[in-house]
Amino acid sequence: MTNTGTEITKMGFWERNKKSNGSLLKKKIKAFSFSLARAILLFGMCFMILQPILNKISISFMAEEDLYNPMIITVPEHFTTANYELAAQFMNYWKTLGNTVVISLTIALLQIAVCTVVGYGFARFEFPLKKFWFACVILMIIIPPQTISTSLHLHFRYFDIFGIIEAVKGKSLNLRGSVLPYYLMSVGCMGLKNGLYIFMIRQFFRTIPKELEEAAYVDGCGTFRTFLKIMLPDAKPILTSCFLFSFVWQWTDSFYTNMFLGNISLLSMELGRIADKLGQYLTKILGVGGASVGYTNCLIATGTLMVIAPLLLIYLFAQKGFVESISSSGIKM
Amino acid sequence: MKKQSKVSGLQKRKAIAGYLFILPFILGFLTFMVKPLIQSLYMSFCQVDVSAGGFTMKFNGLANYIRAFRVDPDFVRLLTEEISRMFYNSLAIMVFSFFVALILNQKFKGRALVRAVFFLPVILSSGVIIGVETDNALLSSVQAAIENNNNGASITDAIQSILTVSGVGTRAFEKVFEIVDGIYDVAIASGIQIIIFLSGLQTISSNMYEAAKIEGCTAWESLWKITFPMISSLLLVNWIYTIIDFCMRTDNEVMKKIQEQMIVQINYGFASAMSWVYFIIVIAIIGVTSLIISKGVYYYD
Repeated sequence: MTNTGTEITKMGFWERNKKSNGSLLKKKIKAFSFSLARAILLFGMCFMILQPILNKISISFMAEEDLYNPMIITVPEHFTTANYELAAQFMNYWKTLGNTVVISLTIALLQIAVCTVVGYGFARFEFPLKKFWFACVILMIIIPPQTISTSLHLHFRYFDIFGIIEAVKGKSLNLRGSVLPYYLMSVGCMGLKNGLYIFMIRQFFRTIPKELEEAAYVDGCGTFRTFLKIMLPDAKPILTSCFLFSFVWQWTDSFYTNMFLGNISLLSMELGRIADKLGQYLTKILGVGGASVGYTNCLIATGTLMVIAPLLLIYLFAQKGFVESISSSGIKM
Repeated sequence: MKKQSKVSGLQKRKAIAGYLFILPFILGFLTFMVKPLIQSLYMSFCQVDVSAGGFTMKFNGLANYIRAFRVDPDFVRLLTEEISRMFYNSLAIMVFSFFVALILNQKFKGRALVRAVFFLPVILSSGVIIGVETDNALLSSVQAAIENNNNGASITDAIQSILTVSGVGTRAFEKVFEIVDGIYDVAIASGIQIIIFLSGLQTISSNMYEAAKIEGCTAWESLWKITFPMISSLLLVNWIYTIIDFCMRTDNEVMKKIQEQMIVQINYGFASAMSWVYFIIVIAIIGVTSLIISKGVYYYD
C-alpha cells in the first residue's frame, strides 16, 4: 500500500490527470477559478468599504488649488499638511482629545461595570418578575432614545428628586450642560446601547456551568464574592469587547453628546463645527466671508480623519477583542 | 418541615440578591425611561409652551396627531418612504451579511484581514461620522461629474437599461437597482450581522456536512438543508437588530424631522406626537415580522 502511495506522488500531474480521465484537471480548474472569483469579489468589497477613508486621506494632503484641478484625483500636486494644522487649531485638537478620552473612558467603565452587575443578576438568579424586567431590557433596546429625548431634556433642565431639592434650595436644579446627568444615566444603565451590553453579558454568564457557582457556595463563598472571584475572571473576553464597543460608540456618538455634554468640547461636537469656524477664520484673515465648498469639505475630511485616527489605532491592536467575543457569547433567541 | 422552610429561605435570599444585582437597572429604567416615556406620551396630547421660568402644558387632545397626519406636508410622506426603505434595505442587509459570512467562513489566505475590514464600519459608521459623511457635498459633486463624463457607461446603468427594456417587473427591478447603487450603505450597515452569522456558522459541526456529502448531497443542497435551518434562529436576531439599527440611524429622515421640530422650532408636543407614531409603527413591524420569522425558525436542540 505504501508503495503505491509514493508512486502516485512521484507521478507527474499530467500523468495523474490522464489516469483520472481528465477529472483531476477539471477539479483543479474549478477550485482555482472559484478562489479567483472569491478573491476578486472580496477585494472589490474591501475596497468599497475602505475607499472613503483612502479618499479622505488623499484629500487631506491637498492644497486648495488641487481640489479644483480636474487632473488631480488621488495624488496631490501641492503636498501640504496645512489642513491638519488648521483642523487641529479649529478643533483645539489636543485639549479636545484629552476631554474625549477622559469622558469616553469613564463613561465606558461606568456603563460596563453596571451592565455587568445587572447582566449577572439576570443570568444567575431566579426571582419573581424576572421575565418582566428582562422584557423591559428588550424594550429599552427597541425604544429609540429620540422618543424620550424631549422629556429627558426637560427632566434635567428642571431637575429634582421628589421635590427635595426645591424644598431645600427654593428652586429646582438646572443640570443641563453639566456632565452629571449623563453619568447618572450611565449608573442607571440608560446610556448609549446599554441594553445591548446587558443582553450580551447575560448571554455569556448563562453559559457558565451551574456547578462552578454551587461549588463556590458550598465552600462558603458569599453571593457577591462568588461573583467577584469566580465569575468575573471568566468573563474577561466579553467584558473587554463590551468595553471597547462602549468606548468607541461613545467616542463617535452625537445624540447623547449633543443633548447632555454640550458645554464640554468633545471631538464629535467639534467636528460638526469645523465648517463654521473655517468661515469665521477666513472672514477674520481675508475680510471675505465664507469658504469655498470644496475647501470646507477638505477640512471636514481632515477633521474626520483626526477624530477616527485614535479609533483606528485601537482597532488595529484590539481587533480580536471586538470580533471574537461576540462570536463566543453565542447570541441566540 | 424545618428543612423545607430553610430551602425557601435560601430561595428568598437568592431572590433578594438577584434584585440587588439588577437594582441599578430598575432604578434607571424607572427614572430615565418610564417617567420620560409617560411624560412624552402625555406631552404628545398637549400644547407645550416653553418660557424662561419653566414650561406649561395645556391639554388639547389629538390635535398634535391630527396635525402630523393631516396638516403637516412632509410627515406621512417621510414615514412611508422611510419604512419602505427600511424593509428592502433590511432585506438587502440580511442577504448580504449571510452571503459574506458564508464566504468568510471558508479558509483562504488573508481571511483575518478581510474580516477586520468588513468589521471596520461598525466602529466608524456610527454617530457623528455618518452624519458628516452624508452631507459631504464635495464627494457627491465629484461623483455626479464622473457620472456625467461617462455618459451612463456604468455597468449597472447598462444592465438596468437592458432589463427595463425587456419589460419584466420594472418596478421590482427599480428597487433592486436602488439597492445595488446603495451597496455601500448595505455593506457599512452589516458588520454586526456578519459577525453574528459567522458565529452561528462556526457552531455547525462538520460531521453533518460530511454525512450529507457521503449520501450524495451537493454543496447547494447542503446549504439549504443544513446551513440555513441551523442558523435560522440567528436570522431572527439579525432581523430585529437590523430594523432597530436602521430606525436609530442619525440620517433617518423621520428622526431628522423630529429633531428639527424639537430643537429648532421648540415644538415639543408635536415632536413627541410624531416620535410616538414612529415608535409604535416600528414596534408593530418588529412584532409582526418576528412572529412570522419565528414560525420558520428551526431549533436543533
